[in-house]
Parts: sequence; C-alpha cells; structure tokens
Amino acid sequence: MGSNRLERLLERLRRPWPDHRAERLLGAVSLLVGVGVVAIVVFVAAKAWPLFQHNGLSWVLGGGDLEAEVNRMTAATTNPAAAVFHLRAWPLIYGTVLTSAIAVVLGLTIAILASVFIVELAPARVSRAVIPMVRLLASVPSVIYGLIGILVLVPFVGNHIITTQEKVSVQNVVQLTGAGLGVTAVILTIMITPIMIALICEALGSVPPSWREGAVALGLNPLRAVRAVTLPAIRPAIVAAAVLAAARALGEAVMIQMVSGGKFFSPKPIDGVVFFFEPLRTLASAIVDFRDGVNSPALGAAIYGFALLLLFSAFALSVTGYLVKLPLRKYQTRG
Amino acid sequence: MSWRWGDRLVLAAAWTAGILLCVIAASIVLYMGYRGIQYLRPGLIFSRPQTSSDQAGSGGFLDPLLGTMLLTVIGIALALPLALASAVWITEYGRPSWLARVVESSIEIVAGTPDIVIAIFGIALFQLSLMAPFSFTAEGGGVYGRSFIAAGAMMSLLALPPVYAATRDGLLAVPGHQREAAFALGKTRITTIRRVLLPSVRSNIATGATLGISRIIGSTAIVLLLLGSTLRIETQGSFPGINVLRGTGSSLTTYIYENSPAGEGGAPQKAYAAAFVLLIFVLVLNLIVDRIGRAQASATGLTPVGAVI
Repeated sequence: MGSNRLERLLERLRRPWPDHRAERLLGAVSLLVGVGVVAIVVFVAAKAWPLFQHNGLSWVLGGGDLEAEVNRMTAATTNPAAAVFHLRAWPLIYGTVLTSAIAVVLGLTIAILASVFIVELAPARVSRAVIPMVRLLASVPSVIYGLIGILVLVPFVGNHIITTQEKVSVQNVVQLTGAGLGVTAVILTIMITPIMIALICEALGSVPPSWREGAVALGLNPLRAVRAVTLPAIRPAIVAAAVLAAARALGEAVMIQMVSGGKFFSPKPIDGVVFFFEPLRTLASAIVDFRDGVNSPALGAAIYGFALLLLFSAFALSVTGYLVKLPLRKYQTRG
Repeated sequence: MSWRWGDRLVLAAAWTAGILLCVIAASIVLYMGYRGIQYLRPGLIFSRPQTSSDQAGSGGFLDPLLGTMLLTVIGIALALPLALASAVWITEYGRPSWLARVVESSIEIVAGTPDIVIAIFGIALFQLSLMAPFSFTAEGGGVYGRSFIAAGAMMSLLALPPVYAATRDGLLAVPGHQREAAFALGKTRITTIRRVLLPSVRSNIATGATLGISRIIGSTAIVLLLLGSTLRIETQGSFPGINVLRGTGSSLTTYIYENSPAGEGGAPQKAYAAAFVLLIFVLVLNLIVDRIGRAQASATGLTPVGAVI
C-alpha cells in the first residue's frame, strides 16, 4: 500500500512540471537570499545589543582610554559588571575612515588617469598588455598583499625610511616600527584601484564616440576632448567607483591587521611626516585581532558592534553606488 | 601640433599611472615567484604540517591545501543552485515585482558586505544550539560553531553574487526569438529554461563560477574565524565523511597568515612557499576566465558581457 503511494508521488515529480509550480519553487529559493540578508542584520545586531544597552550610541565617540577598556573587557569572562561595557571606540573609527579616505582619494586619481590612458591614450598593443595586469592586481588575495607588506615593506620603511631622530621624537607615546598608516594606505590603494579602473573603463567605453569626435573636430586635442566631454559625461560612474571602492576599503581586515601596527593609536597630522609612520587600528582589523574574544560577554558584544557598524556603512555605500549607477544604464547598449 | 604644457603634464601622468600599475603587478608576481622558487620544494605540497621545534621538521602544507579545496567545493556546491535559481527566476519570471526588487537588492547587499562581517555572521549563526550538528558541542553546553561546514556555508555567500550576475547577464543576452521558437514548438517555460536557455549560458555560468572560486580561495577572514585554529584537518565524531565536514582545519590563506609574523610567525619561508602556490592558483583561474571569455566572443561574435576589464 505504502509503496504504491510512493510510486505515484515519484511519478508526479518525474512528469514535466507545470509552470506555476516551477515558478513558485524558484521564487522561494530566490527569496532565501533575501531572508539571508535579514538574518545577517538580525543576528549581528542581537549579539551586539549589550554594547548599545550600556553605551547607547556614544561608543563611537572618543575620550576614554580604549586600550584599558578593551583589557577590562578581555579580562571579564563571566557576568561582567555594567562598568566593564563602557567603550569609546573613536580611535578605531578614525583609523578606518583615515585609511579608507586616503586610499580612495589616491586611488581615484590614479584610476582616472589610468583608465583614460587605457581607453583613450594608449596604443592598442599597450592597452592589451595593461588590462591583464590590472585584472591581476584585482585578483591577488589580500593575505598575499599583507605578506609582502609585513615581510618587505614594513622592514624597509622601519629600517631605511624612518630616521632614528623621528623614532626618538615620539618614543614616549608610541613606537615606530614601520608598520603604520603609510604602508597601510599604500597597499590599500593598490588593492582598490583595479575596482575603480574596471568601472571607469566600462563607463568610458559606453560614451558615444561621436561626442569625442565632435570635440576633436572643433579643434581640441585628444586629451582635452576627453577632459571636456567624456569625463563630465561619466561623472556618475566616477562617483560610483569611489563609493564602491570605499566600501571595499573599509571592510578590509586581514591585510590591514598585518601591516598597521596594531595599536589603539590615533595618528596625529600635527606630527608632520611622522604621521605616516604611526601605527593604528581599524574596526575590521580589531575584529581580527580580538577574534578569540567573540564568545566573552563584554568583548564579544563590542566585536559584534564593530561588525554591525561596518555592515551598515558598507550597506549605505553600496546602495549609494547602485543608485548613482542607475542613470548610466541608459548609455549602455547590449551586445 | 604642439600641446600646451599643462596638457603634456597630464599626458605624462596618465602614462605614468598606466605603467606604474603594470610595474606593481609585475613586481608582485616576480617577487613572489622568486621567493617561491627559493622556498618551495615538492615535498612541502605533499607533507602534512607537524608540530616541531625545528623548521626542517615542521612539515608542509598538504592539510591547508586540502582545506582550501574542500572549502571551495562546499562553497560552490551551495552557491550554484541558489545563484542559478535566483538568476533564472529574475530573468524568466520575476513577478511580483516587489519580490524581484528584494531579491536583486539582497544579492547586491551580499556582494557589498565585507568578508569579516560575513565571518562574524557565520559565528553568530553556527553557535546557535540548533546548529550543533554542524560542528561540535564543548562541555558546558557551548556550541563551538567552527567547522568546514560553517566556513563552507559562508564561502557560498562569497561566490553567490559573481555566479548570479554572470548567469543573469547571460540569460538577458539570449535573443528573444530563441524563447519564442521554443514556445512555438509547445514547450513550457520551465522546459525551455532547462533545455534551451541554461545550456546556452553554460560559459557564463562557468565564468561566474570561476570568479566565485577565485574569491573563495583568496578569503582569509572567514577561514580565520570559522575554521578553528588547527593547522591539520581534525575530524569530529566518527561518521566517515561527515566527520571531516564537522571538523576543523586550515586553508592555504590561514597557513600563510599563521606562518607570517602576524600569526605565530617564525616561518616566513613556508609562508612564501604557500603564497606562491596560492598565487599560481589565482593566475590559473584568471587565465581560465580569460579563455572562456575569448571562446565565447569568437563563438558569438560579441564581446563577453561586462568586459572592458
């Protein structure tokens, strides 16, 4: 009796499915991704709740001794008192914003120049050689960037670029080892520039060539034609590239953890050149540093709080990039 | 025709930018190659890491290599059905439209989420007591939450957007008359998808999957947080096969990290060797994507979707 029913069920499944059943199944599977995103926000926020419960939103501000606060949190493994949850994590946010901003500004300049070079100025043979190089830079894993940074760049900067005088000048506050803002910003720039180049090249390629030809016909040289006509036309793409690269930059964790020096220190621009040698920490690199404490009640809440902040920032930047790219769609032609 | 000075400066800057990027890319590859040849011996690939106080005895990176491959397999196996189903649903059905917007936005959000946040979510998810079968439960009742399944599941989130985007673009590029011809022959929508559309976007799917694999093998944060802290593959439980999935281990990326001064340090030579192997994998995957793209272009006469770079 039972086998008969099973056979009939299998037979029903084997026959060609009606469209509405297939549609509903595929729709349900697609919806899983939406559910997943909601789950990400809910889970991370739930675990981060104790941090907000004890600090409100002011944990993003500065003023406390971040190192002491984190040490207190690390030490409190069971049932911590309310005072342990006190956190003022501004140095981390400052570090994140600082590294990402420098990387995006530097990278955008290089990306625009390089994209104009690839699409407009370079002979075809040179372009064909440069494009795989850029793609290569985009696909190198971040741990390899970090490895080269920590084994090559950091010792080089620490031994050959920072002078002993500079080390002595700040030795009461922080130790300069070469791992710090400079190396971090340089490597981060190299990591995010290919993303921007890809977007800007795509946009450059989609501007109708007759626009540029018209400018040249009016007497502009090719470079000026690009500056006057093409670049303004792709302004949305440039913004989108900057925004998406920023989202990538502030989420970079492992590479920054390896080369940033790992100190709860806010580099001070007043220090002049030494500013670029001072160590720092970002939200993401702090999560990597303290990943073992993700289960402890106070430190864990802090870590989830950092992740939540990163999630919302990246989300906001991605949405902005998507919205900015929408007007560009009208230029794109398919195949 | 002579240019003004300002223009010449910008021209020089543009050339410098282009050449600089090539120089950086070339020096990364050449330096890793130099160090790799210096430190990589075939024995390293095939021997397992061992605890030893002496460099010569501490073994190679077979376990991390297997770990990377296992994670890639799990990640792609979970991502492919999800991405294909979503791409097909979005392009071929897509009603109600609010649902289509939700799905499209969700995948964009996942694509833009930093790896470290995905890793943190993985920890939060797999430490629920509901998820205990996927790792192991320590005494005291806490679910460990770190295993190959946990890391592989989060890897699938990494691979999902590339496969989805490539498949969707491929499906959108299929001319409408192919679908209409199939309908005219009496096929249902789902059958045309299975028999006509999906086979014709095979190379797009392959491109997307290769890009996804590239992202998976390059990710360190997820493995650091979600795969436990053992260098060797440690199984959990006694059910063969499942015990590896529930166990912990490492990947090439965490092996590199742990052997660099940022981790336990002490063995930069092993780190260089492993990094060389990892870079070779990435270069090979890049070549594969390139080849697929070129084959597709010559077959259809169109450039592959989404490619100046």
